[in-house]
Amino acid sequence: MKPLKSIHSRFVPLPIENVDTDQVIPARFLKATTREGFGKNLFRDWRYVDNDESKPKPDFVLNQQQYSGEILVAGKNFGCGSSREHAAWALQDYGFKAVVSSFFADIFRNNALNNGVLPVKVSDAFLAELFTLGNEASLTIDVAAQTITIDATGTQEVFDINRYKKTCLLNGYDDIDYLISHKAQIEAFETQLQS
Amino acid sequence: MAKTLFDKIWDKHVVQQVEEGPSVLYIDKHFIHEVTSPQAFAGIEKRGLTVFRPQQVVATADHNVPTLNQHLPIKDELSRLQVQQLIENCKKHHIELYGLGHPFQGIVHVIGPELGITQPGMTIVCGDSHTSTHGAFGSIAFGIGTSEVEMVFASQCLLQNKPKLMRITIDGELQPGVVSKDIILYIIAQITASGATGYFVEYAGSAIRALSMEARMTICNMSIEMGARGGMIAPDQTTFDYIKGRQFAPGLARWDKKLAEWKELYSDADAVFDKEIRINAADIQPMITYGTNPGLGIAINGKIPVTDHITDEGERNNITKALTYMGLESGKALLGMPVQHVFIGSCTNSRIEDLRQVASLVKGRKKNPNVQVMIVPGSQQVSRQVQAEGLDKVFREAGFEIRQAGCSACLGMNEDKIPAGEYCISTSNRNFEGRQGAGARTLLASPLTAAAAAITGVVTDVRELPAVS
Ligand code: SF4
Repeated sequence: MKPLKSIHSRFVPLPIENVDTDQVIPARFLKATTREGFGKNLFRDWRYVDNDESKPKPDFVLNQQQYSGEILVAGKNFGCGSSREHAAWALQDYGFKAVVSSFFADIFRNNALNNGVLPVKVSDAFLAELFTLGNEASLTIDVAAQTITIDATGTQEVFDINRYKKTCLLNGYDDIDYLISHKAQIEAFETQLQS
Repeated sequence: MAKTLFDKIWDKHVVQQVEEGPSVLYIDKHFIHEVTSPQAFAGIEKRGLTVFRPQQVVATADHNVPTLNQHLPIKDELSRLQVQQLIENCKKHHIELYGLGHPFQGIVHVIGPELGITQPGMTIVCGDSHTSTHGAFGSIAFGIGTSEVEMVFASQCLLQNKPKLMRITIDGELQPGVVSKDIILYIIAQITASGATGYFVEYAGSAIRALSMEARMTICNMSIEMGARGGMIAPDQTTFDYIKGRQFAPGLARWDKKLAEWKELYSDADAVFDKEIRINAADIQPMITYGTNPGLGIAINGKIPVTDHITDEGERNNITKALTYMGLESGKALLGMPVQHVFIGSCTNSRIEDLRQVASLVKGRKKNPNVQVMIVPGSQQVSRQVQAEGLDKVFREAGFEIRQAGCSACLGMNEDKIPAGEYCISTSNRNFEGRQGAGARTLLASPLTAAAAAITGVVTDVRELPAVS
């Protein structure tokens, strides 16, 4: 994983609640055996008419050129439903480094963090404000300070992230590195469990 | 100090507590399937690791498999490759695989319990959100992502933050025609599709105690649909009787010792939960969903909410969007509405008891000619049991199509799909847009309600189905 220290970017607004992972990446695209290339199927059924890449739906935000950026801002309860990590891979492969919402489903949050995509949980009011901003607005997310800021106004909110995960993100470590460095302890635990 | 059921199991499995961080949690059983494991195998290989405890991993192929002609090669190339990859990975890493053609093959959450692999007090994970099913046995069972599958491969452990705990107590007696699927659809409709996010739920109360293991699994299965990490039920005599004698259950020599341990698994009388919800079983009606998340459900004889009356703007937009997708109208009843498909299957309702219930309802009746009915047993063992009990004959005489074990039309990933725009009453667990195929419209309900619709061709209150003439 690459270290993630801060993000400074415009954002893509998706003011829809309960976006489930079946929408983020429909099941028929889960047949790959590698992690790459899911971005082109991100929000597939919202993005194209009749699943046809030559027919983008003009009203869907990913098809609107005026919106771009490394941050997705979505309605509350983002990432509910299936545990498919492909949802996080698709977001990352598309180019998103953070998802901002007022509420995240648990498994999605873990999956995102494990792939260096930062879930930023903000208040309902802050989220509502983001949705009123125009397409030129940019945000700054500072991982170390745990802050998200609207650049134009300086409006800022602090978000939560546990210290362990923060260290991982800042340094580009992952859980597996941590776990395999504790093998001896795990083996000792197994012996004790069996006795 | 008084402990909850969850605490008792969790505390016993904590290898280490990371300072101001998660716990290193030891995992007893790890189920895998073809869809969420290939990248995890690739991941450990890239790091030069092997599977740390292969004998604690059990594999099956379920999501991607066809439910007809399973003896032939899978037609879809990508599906075939994924299943083939699982076979190779299991062989390479010495993992037991119940693949296509194996007598134990089936949906991962059906086979674990029926083989006696799932036991009280265990920690169980699988790269699948409905792993919560196994909690019905009094275990901590939850779905994980592929990176986490890789962690368990590498270390038999996961880094996890302890969730908050919720107890949902359901006391009293269920009305006739109301089954466990209705209980869980009712709960989710009450607390919404995100109402239990961040929590692990324990189900308790006299109505839960009275349920069979199959019925308990249906409830725990759908815990994830209200956002919960998992659901669990304290083991009791019903649990012990179910496990005893199964393939991988503790043998006679170990049985008494295990039983003594399992009997300690309950929430102490004065244990404290972060949230408590009480429900009266008699208030629950047969349920059906009208929207595109499992929380958008109503009593079968109820009406879809009037969107203009919903004050919360987000919720109003959400329901309006769902109704547009579903082609349904605000304020209308669903009773009497024609459906084109009935799907009876999935890890929620494809166990032998579900199929017995369906058979007892359809015996001597015929399906409506305008409906296609697909019935898909959850495992090879369930299939064999269906035949042994002659239920297949009942289904065939009714005009139902019986398929071979797999996830089938629960998710639009294999060949079984619902065509765009058509309605399907489904015993599965998700009614998301496109879940059963692009554009498909899913109404979630119990096996009884699904069977009733199969016979009448319309949304039907099973309590009002006329007796067989
Ligand atoms: S039956 Fe459906 S919900 Fe269950 S494991 Fe299979 S795809 Fe997932």
